[in-house]
Amino acid sequence: MSTPVQDLQHSLVLAGRGVAKLRRSPVRLVDVILTPVVFLLMFVYLFGGAIAGGDLDAYLRAIVPGIMVMTVFQAGIGIGVSLNADARTGVFDRFRSMPVARSAPLIGAVLAGLVRSLVSLAVLLGLALVMGYRMHTGPLAALAGIGLLLAFGLSFAWLSVYVGMLVKTPGSVIGLMTILILPLTFASNVFVPSQTMPGWLRTWSDVNPVSLMSDAMRGLLNGGPVAGSLLGALAWMAGAIAVFFPLAMRSYRRNAS
Amino acid sequence: MHAIRAEGLIKRYGGTTALEGVDLEVPVGKVVGILGPNGAGKTTTVRILATLLRPDGGRAEVGGHDVVRDPVRVRSLIGLTGQDASVDEDLSAVENLVLLGRLLNLSKRQARARASELLERFELAEAAGRPIATLSGGMRRRLDLAASLVGRPRILLLDEPTTGLDPHTRNELWAVVRELVADGTTVLLTTQHLEEADQLADRVTVVDRGKVAAEGRPGELKRRIGGQILHVRPTLRGDLDAATRILAELTGTTPARDENTGLLSAPADDPMLVSALVRRLEQAAIPADELGLRLPSLDEVFLALTATSERNAA
Repeated sequence: MSTPVQDLQHSLVLAGRGVAKLRRSPVRLVDVILTPVVFLLMFVYLFGGAIAGGDLDAYLRAIVPGIMVMTVFQAGIGIGVSLNADARTGVFDRFRSMPVARSAPLIGAVLAGLVRSLVSLAVLLGLALVMGYRMHTGPLAALAGIGLLLAFGLSFAWLSVYVGMLVKTPGSVIGLMTILILPLTFASNVFVPSQTMPGWLRTWSDVNPVSLMSDAMRGLLNGGPVAGSLLGALAWMAGAIAVFFPLAMRSYRRNAS
Repeated sequence: MHAIRAEGLIKRYGGTTALEGVDLEVPVGKVVGILGPNGAGKTTTVRILATLLRPDGGRAEVGGHDVVRDPVRVRSLIGLTGQDASVDEDLSAVENLVLLGRLLNLSKRQARARASELLERFELAEAAGRPIATLSGGMRRRLDLAASLVGRPRILLLDEPTTGLDPHTRNELWAVVRELVADGTTVLLTTQHLEEADQLADRVTVVDRGKVAAEGRPGELKRRIGGQILHVRPTLRGDLDAATRILAELTGTTPARDENTGLLSAPADDPMLVSALVRRLEQAAIPADELGLRLPSLDEVFLALTATSERNAA
């Protein structure tokens, strides 16, 4: 019989595997690192002048917290992809034929996803600093922001798990997740203020979890109001967990027992 | 003492029945082969024994533990090598083995030591750090097998371990299995190849369409479909027709005739037929390169046994 301590160790070992894969396969790293970098460079230098009317510093301040939120979503896709790959090859069967808790591969994949998020966020912040971005609040607010981002990623990770257990190939996980995430990330106030949008889009953008979370992050990093948008974001996180966690667990159990 | 005992295993997938009451016994320290064509239920049986599937009926014990009631104990006794790739393609051979060692509660140091021990034993040491994708088919299969041995399992389940391997690599793998058995490991293996069962297994269970068609020692099974085979190969192709007529007269059947090798064969239950055949060939002045009685090959046995269960089903 495995003890809870051993179960935790197994989860950590499997999370370590997810992180080792990141080092070993540069393709994954490109996915996690290149995406935020390209978005940041493209939007600041290519579209930034047009969107912000020349005030690039103000635009940088507006989009860095938003791209951080996007990044966490992006890194979450990998959770479903890796679980799908394990389930469709014999790797899952191998683990399941060993005295390892059924939950360990799942917890391991989710933890590895959080590590990927942290790597992405570090790269993104590093580049933003080089480009002239400065935080205007204290380190405590910044830490709270990072913690909040991870909690946000963790809440929506179950969508990725669910999709990963639902479809046939890792490629379809990426495809389906991208389609699902697109209206969340782009129909939001990450890149443009929602005031410029037509009414119907603005209505969605204003209640979009990515917009709310971005506003909360702007407040935490740049200074400004946090409470209202944070409450909205927390409500979305609770909703995502309420809907997707049971679905994810059900489909995971169907694949894993 | 049985390492594995299954009684009346039933498994259904939707409307189709994969297993219709399979019985199986594997004595401790022996090799038992499950032999059958694709879709016979071999993999389903192994997956139930490995606690990956729940049976819909019947019961199975592995190492004395019920696979449904006590799966965790079963898992600590078995090693499984499935048909699918069961190593992580993104990691190296050594990383895969260390990972499994860590999951089996070895310390980092112990896991590394066990990994290099296994890599050495399976002649994979030089490939230890290479990406899995660069390994040959034979190396992959050896690594799969090594991966199932990290925890020193007493009972090894091998699902078609040599499918897709060239004869040389297959022989290597057979040698490894024999070594493991010599060390006291119990092995259950599935195969589509009678030669493999004949080479490795102490006993063979023949399954077809989810049912056991026959069970016994390879030699017993060969005898069970009756008698032996009388075969002769005339030296001259020109004598084939005359020799075929003689063999037909003696055995009262139509002999099988291999046009490529010039080999004639017919079932024979009377050993005296050999001397009769020699006399008749001498009288007809037909020289022969090869002549004698032999047990039928497992292929011939298998076809005969599954043809019987087909007739019974119809």
